[in-house]
Amino acid sequence: MHGRPRRAAKPEDEEASSAKAAKLRDLQAQVLQNQHSGTYTKEAIGLSFKLLEINPEAYTAWNYRKLAFQHNIKELSEPEAIKSAIDDELRVVEVALRQNPKSYGAWYHRKWLLNQKLAPVDSKREFGLLDKLLKVDARNFHGWNYRRFLARFMGVPDEEELNYTMDKISDNFSNYSAWHNRSILLSNLLIKQNKGFESKQKIFSQEFELVTQALFIGPSDQSGWFYHLWLLAQTSTPDNPQLIASWPCSGAKLSSSLVKEKVEQNTLSSIWCHSLQERTVPMVLYFNEPVKGLNQSSVKLKSDLDFGKDIHWRALSMTDSGYSSCWTTYLQIANECSSSQQYSVEVSIPCSDDIVSRSGSNYNCPVHFTFTIELISDDAQDIDLFDKPVAYFSEPLESHGNCEPIPFDLLKITGALVEEDSNWHFERLSEEIDLFRELPDDNCKFVKLTLARLLLACAAIKSCGRSPHERKRYCEEALGHFSDLIRLDPSHKQYYEDERSLVLMDKLTCDMETFVKHCSVQVQPNSIPLNHVQLCKLSLTHVGFAERLMWVQVLDLSHNSLRSIEGLEALQQLVSLNISNNHISSFTALEPLTKIMFLKVLDLSSNEIGAHSMDTTRYICSSPFSHKIEAHEAFEECQKKNINVEEYWDAILFFKPLKLGQLDIKGNAVASKENFRTLVMTLIPSLKWLNGECVN
Amino acid sequence: MAEDQAHDYPTIEPTSFDVVICGTGLPESVLAAACAAAGKTVLHIDPNPFYGSLYSSVPLPSLPSFLSPDPSSVPLVPSGDDSHTVVDLHRRNIYSEVEIWGAAPEPRRFTVDMVGPRVLYCRDEAVDLLLRSGGSHHVEFKSVDGGSSLLYWEGQLYPVPDSRQAIFKNTTLNRTEKTFLFKLFKLVMAHIAAADEDGEGEASDKISNEDLDLPFIEYLKKHELPPKMIAGVVYAIAMADYDQNTDCCEKLLTTREGIKTIALYSSSTGRFANAPGAFIYPMYGHGELPQAFCRCAAVKGALYVLRMPVSALLMDEERKTCLGARLTSGQDILCQQLILDPSYKVPILDAPSDGSDSNLLRKVARGICIISKSVKQDSSILLIVFPPKSLEEQQTAAIRVLQLSSNLAVCPPGMFMVYLSTPCADTSTGKQSIKKAIDALFAPQASDSLEGHLEETSKNNEDLKPAVIWSCVYVQEIMEGTASSFLSCPTPDELLDYRSILDSSKKVLHCMLHFLLNVPASKVLPQEIFSCR
Repeated sequence: MHGRPRRAAKPEDEEASSAKAAKLRDLQAQVLQNQHSGTYTKEAIGLSFKLLEINPEAYTAWNYRKLAFQHNIKELSEPEAIKSAIDDELRVVEVALRQNPKSYGAWYHRKWLLNQKLAPVDSKREFGLLDKLLKVDARNFHGWNYRRFLARFMGVPDEEELNYTMDKISDNFSNYSAWHNRSILLSNLLIKQNKGFESKQKIFSQEFELVTQALFIGPSDQSGWFYHLWLLAQTSTPDNPQLIASWPCSGAKLSSSLVKEKVEQNTLSSIWCHSLQERTVPMVLYFNEPVKGLNQSSVKLKSDLDFGKDIHWRALSMTDSGYSSCWTTYLQIANECSSSQQYSVEVSIPCSDDIVSRSGSNYNCPVHFTFTIELISDDAQDIDLFDKPVAYFSEPLESHGNCEPIPFDLLKITGALVEEDSNWHFERLSEEIDLFRELPDDNCKFVKLTLARLLLACAAIKSCGRSPHERKRYCEEALGHFSDLIRLDPSHKQYYEDERSLVLMDKLTCDMETFVKHCSVQVQPNSIPLNHVQLCKLSLTHVGFAERLMWVQVLDLSHNSLRSIEGLEALQQLVSLNISNNHISSFTALEPLTKIMFLKVLDLSSNEIGAHSMDTTRYICSSPFSHKIEAHEAFEECQKKNINVEEYWDAILFFKPLKLGQLDIKGNAVASKENFRTLVMTLIPSLKWLNGECVN
Repeated sequence: MAEDQAHDYPTIEPTSFDVVICGTGLPESVLAAACAAAGKTVLHIDPNPFYGSLYSSVPLPSLPSFLSPDPSSVPLVPSGDDSHTVVDLHRRNIYSEVEIWGAAPEPRRFTVDMVGPRVLYCRDEAVDLLLRSGGSHHVEFKSVDGGSSLLYWEGQLYPVPDSRQAIFKNTTLNRTEKTFLFKLFKLVMAHIAAADEDGEGEASDKISNEDLDLPFIEYLKKHELPPKMIAGVVYAIAMADYDQNTDCCEKLLTTREGIKTIALYSSSTGRFANAPGAFIYPMYGHGELPQAFCRCAAVKGALYVLRMPVSALLMDEERKTCLGARLTSGQDILCQQLILDPSYKVPILDAPSDGSDSNLLRKVARGICIISKSVKQDSSILLIVFPPKSLEEQQTAAIRVLQLSSNLAVCPPGMFMVYLSTPCADTSTGKQSIKKAIDALFAPQASDSLEGHLEETSKNNEDLKPAVIWSCVYVQEIMEGTASSFLSCPTPDELLDYRSILDSSKKVLHCMLHFLLNVPASKVLPQEIFSCR
């Protein structure tokens, strides 16, 4: 079934196939005719059998058979007659499966028949059929799907099915389907806490032992590694979703204005929140895994401030799945205030059945924190950031005189709760690391990748245990592995580069000592001090650990190799972003920025936007905005100005929601195109500076 | 008795044949089938009342007399018409040092192989031969599928993994050992695929010639295999006999030879749908094989007479050419070619090599045991290998052990036959090794009166070694086939399979056909029988 070379067609084959095609067309026409006319005679049904015998993919014929079956079964009352009618149908499926064991239609027809529940199912026959089929091709996933269906339908205990997967793995462990079914069955058994499956630790230790036996024999065989990856994921992530960061953080003091003297005296005690000028506070909650179900009752807010009637939580994610790690809401302050006043906001997230992860586990670590908002109703409202174009520092932060240290105690993040049994997790992972370090085939990409993943999982656990040094050591080793992988397996270079970027960002941001070298408070003349982070010239291709950057207002990611900026959507405080001199190749790759409401300054210069005729981001992004049509007004607007909408659709969708004051886009192929300037001016009326020049 | 039989000797018509073959051992039977298939007239006689000669399977009660026959059983016949020079023939006993203990219940229900321990590789030449000659219709095989072979190492038995899945399921190897072992398997399999012209392997997968000429054991050491696995691969898969770790080893296996056996082994697994393992064993014992070939010969017109010893050779005056044989019945049969089984001794012809240097002869010590419990739970047919020096420092050769069960119809249900063998230079060390192996595998012969003792240890009854009910140890001389004025076939050898015996039978056939027709043997070889080379 697998790995068979295709044979070149011979002339006589072609003749035969054209004869077959003519016969098929004829049969198909007759079956369709019968379907239209609702003819369910024996001869008509026989014709559909003939068609399916040759071509089991003729889905209409299956549906016709279903209709005919339902039609004819009504007239039967004898249990024997009904049984024989069902047997006939089952036999048709078997004939079709002999022709093509991977026919969707045939398998579905069988399931449908069983689901009619007209006669008791002969489980021996069904399992016998499956045994035969899986003997011919142990990796036929249709067979495995049907097996799962049958086991559920017949109420076969999961333990038995688990033993069956073991048998198949013993026959040949290169069987992804068997390993996969094993993971499903084990998850069920562990959730149901069946006898012998009470201890997740014990079961997983055994499974690690089992799969590593296979991995050590065939380190270049993929199926075992997939299973190992599943085990690793199960071991390194907590069972229930956890809140790992929030903005504003616990104890934060947000202010709509700052008293200049205080800034100069370096006695800053509050964070200037730009959006407060518009009486809006974006709030962001960041979980360790994608969740859904955040609403007014699952996240409780208590404050003297009046936030209007509805607090609506939105998933900050590029996918439409409804699940997201990152959720935001904009708190609209409706209060009238005459003088400076402080209000506290209490946030509590109790255990909740509303908030659930993809695996179905609910949120069960209650969190409670408070932040304060200082409203000042003085003349500070006039502050305008964009009198002049904002300039970026070109030198490293340390050497810059204007930098002030970030008041980190204000930026604390809610740490994830340490799991009770993380000791076991850590020991288990360490054992696996030691094991794979000893695997003699050290040039195997799977070994290196798994080692890197294990090290990172250990690093993640260590951060809960607050040992940044160990964490960094793990990161260092993982970085080495990713560098090796880039060399060893060039066809997956981009994936490894992305992973390496994540580790690099982890390493740089996991402890204050290192992170502070990249942070400062930017104080520009006549301006507000802004929290500034600079991560330049690091060869980053991907953004990670956004939850540690949610307080950042000015972010400099220039001179990297960014292809994507997914993750930045969590930075709702972001006012100014520099991603110049990167490898951004299309506007679709910039979609996350459309989610940042208060972004004012954007430097996109010297990227590759418009340089590639093919926008590959569209294939990589889970849901690029090509799927959305909400901006049709913008399209009309552009059409009026003679802008080619077909050519610029992604630019239009990107610029429309932005409220930029300053944009740099020179050094991109798209910037020199006809009408591009008109397009930007049309779509961003708030723009004051384009490519360093005042637009007025 | 002998007197009566002598009277019963039939008179054979005609009195002249192309080929007269005496003895119905496997090589003789194969030659009879080949000659008959080639259109020669064949007379095939045997002194015994049963087929098989030294390759037969005998009922347990007949074993003592088979191993130590009454020397006076060949009566001297008064010489008749003396137009030829008559050279008297004697029979020699190739068995010595026979020791038998114990008593088996229902001894008639046990069948004892004289060639054990022995099996056939599914991809063996012997199997091809059976299939091509039609002999396969007369014999039924069972797969030796007790899983993998067992290796005796440091006082314990370990399974020797022989496939990827066996390595996976093995619980005695650690993971790193598994990696190295499977790496070696992959190299060897790639080499085999590449060496096989029809295969889809690539030439670059071949193992270099330098490596192929290395001693196999050195090659394995190069691949970082630990000693236990080297022993497993060398003695239990490549089936080496002598200690490969000494500098002056008589038979140092090269990588090329080792891989050849592994290739045979791996191509054997899965050849037949109903034989999952690499080995098969003939139902009712190995004695069935010569019989199967005799039947093929008979179908092609060979004449069979049992209970008919040859008493003398008929030679020309210069005693250079053999013209025929004088039968014990007194009848003279003329032939162009005479083939004798190796138990016949021609005093004049092999005078110089007789007796004086018998210590230089190759020998094999064999053991047979009957036990009522399998050596390993859950498997009834087993192959066990004791590598050299695993039992004692003096053990110079590997000992192979084959356990058979009642489903091969060689013993009553609930019983097991165990065969042991080891090649040896002198009889005492050979017997010593076999006895040591028996002691290592089995408990000393149990006296049933010790019930109390048994009960004390009944809690680890599972681990208790099986007790020997009956056992027999003896030493057999090994002789190659020879070609002089008459042809002599080889005795059973010390090996696990028939490959070497068939090779030397083939040489005999080549000589004979060359002599008979005076044309190159390759041109007249009956394709349907000996077509593989």
